[in-house]
Amino acid sequence: MSITLKALLKSPWVFHLSTGSCNNCDIEILDCLTPRFDVERFGMLLAGSIRHADVLLVTGSANRKCIPRIKQVYQQMPKPCVVVAIGECSLSRGMFIHSYNCPLPVDKIIPVDVYIPGCPPKPEAIIAGVVKLIEKLSAKPEKK
Amino acid sequence: MGKRTIVPIGPYHPLQEEPEFFTLTVDGETVIDIDVQIGYNHRGIEKLSERKTFDQSTFAVERICGICSTSHPYAYTRAIEDVIGLEVPLRAKYIRTIIAEGERIHSHLLWLGLAGHFLGYNTVYMWAWKLREEILDVMEILSGNRNNYAMFKPGGVRRDIKKEDIPGVIKKIDSIIPTLEMLKKAVIDDPVLHARTKGVGVLTKEEAINFCALGPTARASGIARDLRKDCPYGAYDRLNWDIIVTDNGDVFDKAVVRILETFQSIDMVKRCLLSLPDTEIDANIKNIPPGEGIGQIEAPRGECFHYVKSDGTNRPARHKIRAPTFMNLPTYKATVVGETISDATIILAAIDPCYCCTERMAVVNQKGKKLYNGEDLVRLSQAKTEKIKSRGGKFAARTKGIK
Repeated sequence: MSITLKALLKSPWVFHLSTGSCNNCDIEILDCLTPRFDVERFGMLLAGSIRHADVLLVTGSANRKCIPRIKQVYQQMPKPCVVVAIGECSLSRGMFIHSYNCPLPVDKIIPVDVYIPGCPPKPEAIIAGVVKLIEKLSAKPEKK
Repeated sequence: MGKRTIVPIGPYHPLQEEPEFFTLTVDGETVIDIDVQIGYNHRGIEKLSERKTFDQSTFAVERICGICSTSHPYAYTRAIEDVIGLEVPLRAKYIRTIIAEGERIHSHLLWLGLAGHFLGYNTVYMWAWKLREEILDVMEILSGNRNNYAMFKPGGVRRDIKKEDIPGVIKKIDSIIPTLEMLKKAVIDDPVLHARTKGVGVLTKEEAINFCALGPTARASGIARDLRKDCPYGAYDRLNWDIIVTDNGDVFDKAVVRILETFQSIDMVKRCLLSLPDTEIDANIKNIPPGEGIGQIEAPRGECFHYVKSDGTNRPARHKIRAPTFMNLPTYKATVVGETISDATIILAAIDPCYCCTERMAVVNQKGKKLYNGEDLVRLSQAKTEKIKSRGGKFAARTKGIK
């Protein structure tokens, strides 16, 4: 395991990117950081700037005005990085699939590593998703 | 006048969870102008709603906003009931009131927490959100989900409240009151919060009237306007309560209004649960006649307005939504200008903005001149079809005979 990846898994800082969502997933992400779920005990912290983040949490069905911004934010992110799509909208656009303003699901715009379904996913589901991601990343080098 | 600097904020910034773009023009530390660009949340729900049936649209409008996921279905179902001229059964009215007030509690606590966070007072943030979890548990017991309750349907509610659930729910609501009292004292009596919020971002009564401010933003400026009192719906006319009004219009007063309303809502939920009448919960609607209807309700942020036009089919012919933030957003011009840039954060958050509610269609050019509205776009779209038809070829052959 490279040293950067090891450092990333020790304390993944998350940045959350709302791409035209209904706020629900965003609030559930914030909920994870507050006392009942408290992911800070695993070293996860909400980063204020994308340049400090290791994990990008994407919510919402990307709309036309957002798509250039999503690409820009992804480019600004330090690599290696991980992208987590949260909620039905960012997975498949959900009920907005017929909308004129939501042309693409998020994984057609930027590469997505983990998908967490739900409308909105419960905080438990979000934590489970991130834990699976960490397991997956730390298991990879052992197979070689 | 000194040198002007433009400070761009956004669209992705740690200030608020939704994307929006503020341009602050500052002179030294003082903000002298503000411009807001929105549109990062527009998903075309009004148009989507027109291709769904009346029943399906109830769930579509729930996805307008995650925090107001009761207000929009409530206003929408009221608009449909207005088309029919239907009176909802009494028990359904009570259940709707319980869910709407539960939403108000969690929304106000959410705002209080975020306001504390913006002021660098993370203790308030953590306490408020911890209390909010208890309310979400109550909502989960009553409706089956933490958010997006899916309780509403035209003519009533989809789910009854069981008798055996009520004592547990009341016990749970009672258990948060002491902690909430503690939080109220911590916020209202704190000298640091006084220094940061008193006299900051003042919206005077005249300005509030001129900008048509709604909800807690208006009530903090001394305007006693609340739809629950002014044109009662649900069970509000059966409950004895008073509108909470404060006079100063600053950020502190907006916080006070919201905190006091939280207590009031807890009281309302309890009284509704204890006096649930035994009637049907659903007036089975068979069909919706042609006509127009409006539905207004008092959402946590102000008046939420829905307009539905029915043409006798099972789909709305037109569905128009106006969310409270749409009216509250322009008050930035009165509140932020003249304050320092470090206070801008909390003033921008003080109206409890909800951009995903607000973003309906309007194409605007850089000078703020409106180019197209909804009707113009429909006309443009129809003109394009005509153009394609007249061009001939495969498409024209397929649509032959269709006018």
